[in-house]
Amino acid sequence: MKQGIFTVCSNRPLTREVYEMTLRGDTSAITAPGQFVNIKVEGFFLRRPISVCDCGPDSLTLVYKVVGNGTEALSKRVPGDGLDLLTGLGNGYDLSSAGERPLLLGGGVGVPPLYRLCKDLIAQGRELTVILGFNTVGEIFYEHEFKALGAKVIVTTADGSYGQKGFVTDAMEGLNYTYFYCCGPEPMLKAVYKASATSGQFSFEERMGCGFGACMGCSCKTVTGYKRICKEGPVLRKEEILWQTQG
Amino acid sequence: MADTRVTLGGVELKNPVIPASGTFGYGYEFARLYDINCLGALSFKGTTWEPRFGNPTPRIAECTAGLINSVGLQNPGVEKVIAEELPKLQACFGGPIIANISGFSIEQYADTAALLDKEEGVAILEINVSCPNVSHGGMSFGTQPDMAARVTAAVKEVTKKPVYIKLTPNVADIVAIAKACEEAGADGISMINTLLGMRVDLRTRRPVVANKMGGFSGPAILPVALRMVWQVYEAVRIPIIGMGGVSRAEDVIEMMLCGAAAVQVGAANLVDPFACQKIVADLPTVMEKYGIENLKDIIGGAHHG
Repeated sequence: MKQGIFTVCSNRPLTREVYEMTLRGDTSAITAPGQFVNIKVEGFFLRRPISVCDCGPDSLTLVYKVVGNGTEALSKRVPGDGLDLLTGLGNGYDLSSAGERPLLLGGGVGVPPLYRLCKDLIAQGRELTVILGFNTVGEIFYEHEFKALGAKVIVTTADGSYGQKGFVTDAMEGLNYTYFYCCGPEPMLKAVYKASATSGQFSFEERMGCGFGACMGCSCKTVTGYKRICKEGPVLRKEEILWQTQG
Repeated sequence: MADTRVTLGGVELKNPVIPASGTFGYGYEFARLYDINCLGALSFKGTTWEPRFGNPTPRIAECTAGLINSVGLQNPGVEKVIAEELPKLQACFGGPIIANISGFSIEQYADTAALLDKEEGVAILEINVSCPNVSHGGMSFGTQPDMAARVTAAVKEVTKKPVYIKLTPNVADIVAIAKACEEAGADGISMINTLLGMRVDLRTRRPVVANKMGGFSGPAILPVALRMVWQVYEAVRIPIIGMGGVSRAEDVIEMMLCGAAAVQVGAANLVDPFACQKIVADLPTVMEKYGIENLKDIIGGAHHG
């Protein structure tokens, strides 16, 4: 983990609620796709955890959804603004178990962390299929970005307004994959857990206090003991997941 | 040259800055960021007799100038804390360690304290009779003077180490409880724990945290903490560790002027992991600005003249 001031290079809406922000700063603490950064937004007490969509040696891309006052304030940042970030947070995706034909499944604002993962897996010479699930055509983003990486991309919409009608699990049927990586809302994770034919990894979300393992605000129970979503997570292996959030 | 040294029950601290229990884990997460030996002391995550997962999530709600937490004393239990966490903490911190203890019965407080009493690395026992996030325990021991006194006496019986009782502000008369602890043999008072609070999500129309209520902390509660430290300082002779909303060196001095002999920093660590380091570094400059040569001299200073 590192703390650093990043400079906003661009901040543009991809859909009505989803924004893409690019920043410049020291990204050396980021070691795996699926990790997140925690952003101090002026006027708000807690930082905002946002998954890393892509990063280079001194560049960072974040794709985030405006869901409350904090992310709304973030959407108002303009090029040149400085932002205080904690980087390199959490345990990201492990690429070593992917096999020859990994499958990536992203739902809504769960799509962004899969972008960097897709890039890295393709660089390793693997044959990628990506299923991107959205509610409706107006919420779709990054379809072309994933295609440009060289992945086979299937888009599903719940209302059938674009691509295949249904959920990501409908598009999974009949696919021949060696492993999967999944990020999205919890009902989607549960559905993929049930529908998947192989092992895989899931990225989870939880309200966080600190984002770096100090406060125990985001703990969950797993087969292998208590885990902090911000520290041992947000990525957990299929085999260790316990689908209960009650203490 | 600014002298930042203070003492707590015979234990010397190089400065009064102590990360508060539950906001600093067992130190080693922070030791990767900076040398935590700059800290005056360190109070580790609240420890109970049995391992605890704590409360269901969400456990966190943001507020203006603070947050609500409802963690519910998640910890691996005293045996594992001694076997696994304490050695890791001692490997990165050589200063005084404060063991924070919670319980669900007077026996559990005493049994947990007895085990931690045997640990040479532990300098002070901080007895939490004030956790707002657990039922049948925690805060219920700290809301009545006689119960707080019984916990104090039971712990004092099993240890020679200084015993600090950590009090809740969620009471009608915190002075009466502090006095009862002093009479029962407490070596000091830690105060204040979090204020019971809640938030409601407008979209779901349900409380934000799963446990409905939780403990409110952060800069917003500093004035409440200052007022209570002031009141208790006037009523007891034992030292007070002041806490509640401290996030700057100026806050440390304000807390000490009200009567604190040392100061804990809590919520600030969660938004700025370097908060304690910065406060320690800023202290000499701020002392100089306000003409303070020796921090010990200002304890309770606002009560005189």
